[in-house]
Amino acid sequence: MKLTTMTLAAALVAGSAMAEGVVAPQDVKFNEDGGVDMSLTGKPGNPEEGFKVYSSKKLGNCIACHMIASVDAPFPGNVGPELTGVGDRWDEAQLRGILVNSKMTFEGTVMPGYYKVDGFIRPGNAYTGKAADDSFGPLLSAEQIEDVVAYLSTLKE
Amino acid sequence: MKFKTLSVIAAVALAIPTLGAADADDDKLVINGEIEVTTKVEPAAHLDGALSEVMSGWHFRNDDTQAMEMDDFDNPGMLGAEAGMEIWNTAAGTEGKSCADCHGDPAESMKGVKASYPKYDEKAGTLMTVQMKMNECRTERMGAEAWKYDAGSAINVEAMIASQSRGMPVNVAIDGPAAPFWEKGKEIYYTRYGQLELSCASCHELNYGNMIRADHLSQGQINGFPTYRLKNAKLNGVHSRFKGCIRDTRAHTFSPGSDEFIALELYVMSRGMGLGIEGPSVRN
Ligand code: HEC
Ligand code: HEC
Repeated sequence: MKLTTMTLAAALVAGSAMAEGVVAPQDVKFNEDGGVDMSLTGKPGNPEEGFKVYSSKKLGNCIACHMIASVDAPFPGNVGPELTGVGDRWDEAQLRGILVNSKMTFEGTVMPGYYKVDGFIRPGNAYTGKAADDSFGPLLSAEQIEDVVAYLSTLKE
Repeated sequence: MKFKTLSVIAAVALAIPTLGAADADDDKLVINGEIEVTTKVEPAAHLDGALSEVMSGWHFRNDDTQAMEMDDFDNPGMLGAEAGMEIWNTAAGTEGKSCADCHGDPAESMKGVKASYPKYDEKAGTLMTVQMKMNECRTERMGAEAWKYDAGSAINVEAMIASQSRGMPVNVAIDGPAAPFWEKGKEIYYTRYGQLELSCASCHELNYGNMIRADHLSQGQINGFPTYRLKNAKLNGVHSRFKGCIRDTRAHTFSPGSDEFIALELYVMSRGMGLGIEGPSVRN
């Protein structure tokens, strides 16, 4: 069977111009631990917005796989580890790397990469089941990634 | 430092027995107080140790949902099977024949069919599902139109045919001419599709027993198909289920009846070798 991997980076750049000072998904530099040292926006994120992204089904939907002891969200999943105290375990660069492309930190993990636009097999148009089109972009924006990093950094025990 | 998946897989595998013991229960499935259905078996050799125990999706559902499948009067899927029986007995097409005219009583002629499909068909020279065989009869012997894959009549008649095999062990051939189809299905099973980059195995092999949001992940076995789902209140075909799962990875899916899904059906069926046929089963 032939599987085709579409490269959508080009489509993305054409489709949505990057705001000034924002690192595009295909330009992100990882350090040797799979972390990302530089902020994607050049600005600190907003932890409150980050919590919204974390818990909203329409945005990060992180609670599909994770739980946090202090958060009383309905139906948290347990496919991924509990994130209680995750701000003690990882520094900001590492958390950013895990969000951008978790596979650079955890080889082969089932956790999706949230700021990644190429290398997919049969990428779709969101949850329609149809093929991806020009509107294809990363799961979260640079700003949303920074917001979630800021939120996770507050999770200390 | 990179964390290798192997240690993660080991951690997940270790976590499963405890969760499994709590969640994938030890209940016994007996339908109508008489049909005993095997819902846990030793994995077949061709699984190469991928699963420590093979379990029906029935074990991952709550007691109420489980009970609905244990009595035909409470199983809404049986209404579909009854409708399928009516279609079986009704003449259709230019030849004016019904299924019953050639096959008689399905309790005899269709017993064991569902347990052995998909099957390589010598004459057609390809792998065929039960629905493809039904359509072969319609177009070649009855002068009737093929039914749409996984829709209305096709699913109702398939449910009726499946019900004739309830309790019989899944036993599909994966060697000889079926082998290339099986290999292709296996490749699809382990391919990480879509923007979420998840394969069937990501959810149903590495994480069964775990919760993904509100869903208690099963092994994604298909011994229970067609399945009446409480969520959409109708009978669902295997390929429609595959399509939904692939769609949920934000992928461009394959279509019901496609070569990909026919091959995947054989492979997934073979993962459940020895489980009892339950169709029409009840799930959420
Ligand atoms: C489909 C499941 C899934 C989703 C969705 C998911 N994760 Fe994960 N995540 C995992 C798994 C599994 C791991 C463990 C890594 C491994 O070893 O594979 C993990 C690990 C992590 C870690 C490291 C935790 C630790 O204690 O070491 C962080 C931080 C994290 N995820 C954050 C997130 C955030 C934030 C989101 C949403 C934007 C998210 N995850 C969405 C499955 C998921
Ligand atoms: C993102 C996670 C995910 C992926 C990937 C996934 N599934 Fe599923 N699947 C589910 C959930 C959730 C359910 C409903 C709960 C259950 O039965 O496991 C389900 C149910 C099923 C069922 C119904 C089981 C029953 O007892 O009725 C089958 C069959 C199935 N999946 C097969 C597959 C196959 C084959 C693939 C790959 C093509 C796949 N799934 C990929 C999440 C997934």
